[in-house]
Amino acid sequence: MKLMMFSELYSAYYNAVAQILSEAVAEKMTQDRMRSIVEEKAFSESAMTVIPALKSGKWQLLNGDMTTPIKREPTMPLTLLEKRWLKAIMADARIKLFDISLDGLEDVEPLFTADDIYIFDKYADGDPFEDEHYIGVFKTILKAIHEKTALKIEIENKSKGKTLMAVMPLRLEFSEKDDKFRLITQGDYRGNTVNVRKILSCELYHGEITEKRWHDRKKTLVLELQDRRNTLERVMMHFAHFEKQARQLENGKYRLSVTYQKSDETEMVIRVLSFGPFVKVVEPKEFEQLIKRRLKDQKSCGLF
Amino acid sequence: MAYSELVKKFERVREYMREFYVYGFKSRDEFDNKSARSYDDERRRIDSWLGEYLSFRRTQEGKNVFLSIDSRAIERNPLYKAWKTCSFTDGDITLHFIIFDILYHENIALTLSQITEKIDTEYLAHFDEPMIFDESTVRKKLKEYVDEGLIHTEKYGKKLMYSRMPSVKTDGMQDAIDFFSETAPCGIVGSFLIDKMKTAPRRSFSFKHHYITSTLDSQVLCDIFDAMAEKRAIRIKNKNPKLSQEIELTVVPVRVFISVQSGRQYLLGIQMQTGVFRSYRLDYITDVKLENACGAFDEYRRRLDEIQKHTWGVTISNKGGKTEKVRFSVKFAKNEQHIYGRLLREKRCGKVTRTSETTASFEADVYDINEMIPWIRTFICRITELSFSNRELEKQFKEDLQMMYELYGVEGDEADDVQ
Repeated sequence: MKLMMFSELYSAYYNAVAQILSEAVAEKMTQDRMRSIVEEKAFSESAMTVIPALKSGKWQLLNGDMTTPIKREPTMPLTLLEKRWLKAIMADARIKLFDISLDGLEDVEPLFTADDIYIFDKYADGDPFEDEHYIGVFKTILKAIHEKTALKIEIENKSKGKTLMAVMPLRLEFSEKDDKFRLITQGDYRGNTVNVRKILSCELYHGEITEKRWHDRKKTLVLELQDRRNTLERVMMHFAHFEKQARQLENGKYRLSVTYQKSDETEMVIRVLSFGPFVKVVEPKEFEQLIKRRLKDQKSCGLF
Repeated sequence: MAYSELVKKFERVREYMREFYVYGFKSRDEFDNKSARSYDDERRRIDSWLGEYLSFRRTQEGKNVFLSIDSRAIERNPLYKAWKTCSFTDGDITLHFIIFDILYHENIALTLSQITEKIDTEYLAHFDEPMIFDESTVRKKLKEYVDEGLIHTEKYGKKLMYSRMPSVKTDGMQDAIDFFSETAPCGIVGSFLIDKMKTAPRRSFSFKHHYITSTLDSQVLCDIFDAMAEKRAIRIKNKNPKLSQEIELTVVPVRVFISVQSGRQYLLGIQMQTGVFRSYRLDYITDVKLENACGAFDEYRRRLDEIQKHTWGVTISNKGGKTEKVRFSVKFAKNEQHIYGRLLREKRCGKVTRTSETTASFEADVYDINEMIPWIRTFICRITELSFSNRELEKQFKEDLQMMYELYGVEGDEADDVQ
């Protein structure tokens, strides 16, 4: 029996109706409340379908007086697909970062195993997810984020040795390419990103912190590309994760605008270089200069 | 048929979503083999699900619709919404909530007749014009739930009793499920679990270099995982845009290769017709059917383990393991030791040698140097030596570099410091 992901069991409409019934079991439902549940759980046009279907008895789950014949808050066991996925993630090294014990999956086969997958372009110096110190730091950060509490952290700094700072944690940012977590903070002028691996000590901090939020400026890069050697597809896929716009020019040419963070400019430069001669920077001029400088330096290397 | 926000088949949605999200420059007329009405319906649906990310631009050719999402700024993958749009009948949804209300605890076991009677008397009798569900309809729905793992059956004498499966408590797993729903294969399943949580996870994570489009291939990926778990062959429909038509192939799936630098996913498998390893992009596969068990699966996987020692990407050789040699050297300033660090962490199957305080070399034997070229280009500004055993490619690399000089009007030999 094929495991089906596209099923009404996971649909936004079922989720919305489950919430409506859940509240209707406790007290009489109102049209306004129904609408707000549907807007929250489903899509922009869903209310036009869900509410009339429930009110008219097309779906016989809500009586004319907005009470329900359903007696208990709707619940559903986990599907086999959900159990198999959970079993698979329980075998991931990163699961140790979370305090978890999960019973009831003993007889379930994982949806996939580590041997089923090969991530071929992940960087080799990923974080030590199974290291006790690292796990301790990660958990403290997560607790601070949940409790909206500041942290006092000591980090390893190549030029200055150790640095102690108080920060307000916002999020843990993970990069699959780098295989690393970074702590995104506000509250310290020395930068708002800290590699979790570089944190030597970390504790909750209830004292005052200097709120100097640093905003990473957004910039727009405009590229012109020629669709030769499959460049169009490669570029569009490669930059897919950015906010972007593309348009077709004439003669197999395309123009692509990509919005990126200023702090990632060096990375963007080498990403653009990787596409070779079929991608040209149009704007901004400073970015074009960065590419030119690299090409000039390459020319002086005497490769040919 | 009247327009509905929900759809019966995911495949159509998949195609439009990818087109709007990855490309986004085609006008309605440029969508091949699609009727204007079909285009309008799909665009309206996607607007309804993902309106905040959908924009359009007018050009001479017409209106271009596109999805623009900065995946670093979002909390959860918005494309997951597409998986939650499966259509259903009035009977489906009515029966669903009633059946689980009747079987509200795992200790309750009832026969088909008892369940059918309760549906009529305890639930539908409240309505002026009650729906009628005969035993065969209820049996069919219960069987679906047995297949989904929601309900199990047990025989007591001649009676078949239905009860709900014991619950698996995911309390306290919010953060883990939240994280893996964005990073694990088939992460959409994590999103389904989050939808059912009483307390949604607090926003604790964000993701950089996050390719969200692969979720559109989750069913294909799931089917491949299933086949690999059972060591079975699969029949796939492969719709490579470079080929004029969709082709059907029988393949033994051996491993899934994933790129975290392009978001692409590939099936590496033995093509049964030819007996050789091939890679297939998951976004080109439109259907997967499970076939017979393959006794040689473990042997194929061992062979792939050996092959992987010389793969840079997904190209592999079936010609007696013939590889190509690549070697290049780079220079860097004393304060640019991170360049040496880059080589070490990005070298994959290659070997890095420190040749002096400010130079290093890289060498590798790979099946296809072509796959490495984009990476080698990232070192432009410091490549002092380069040699490929494939002389044609070496020539092309150097010609491309010359074209780049010309493209940017770089003529002088003066050097600047590059950080």
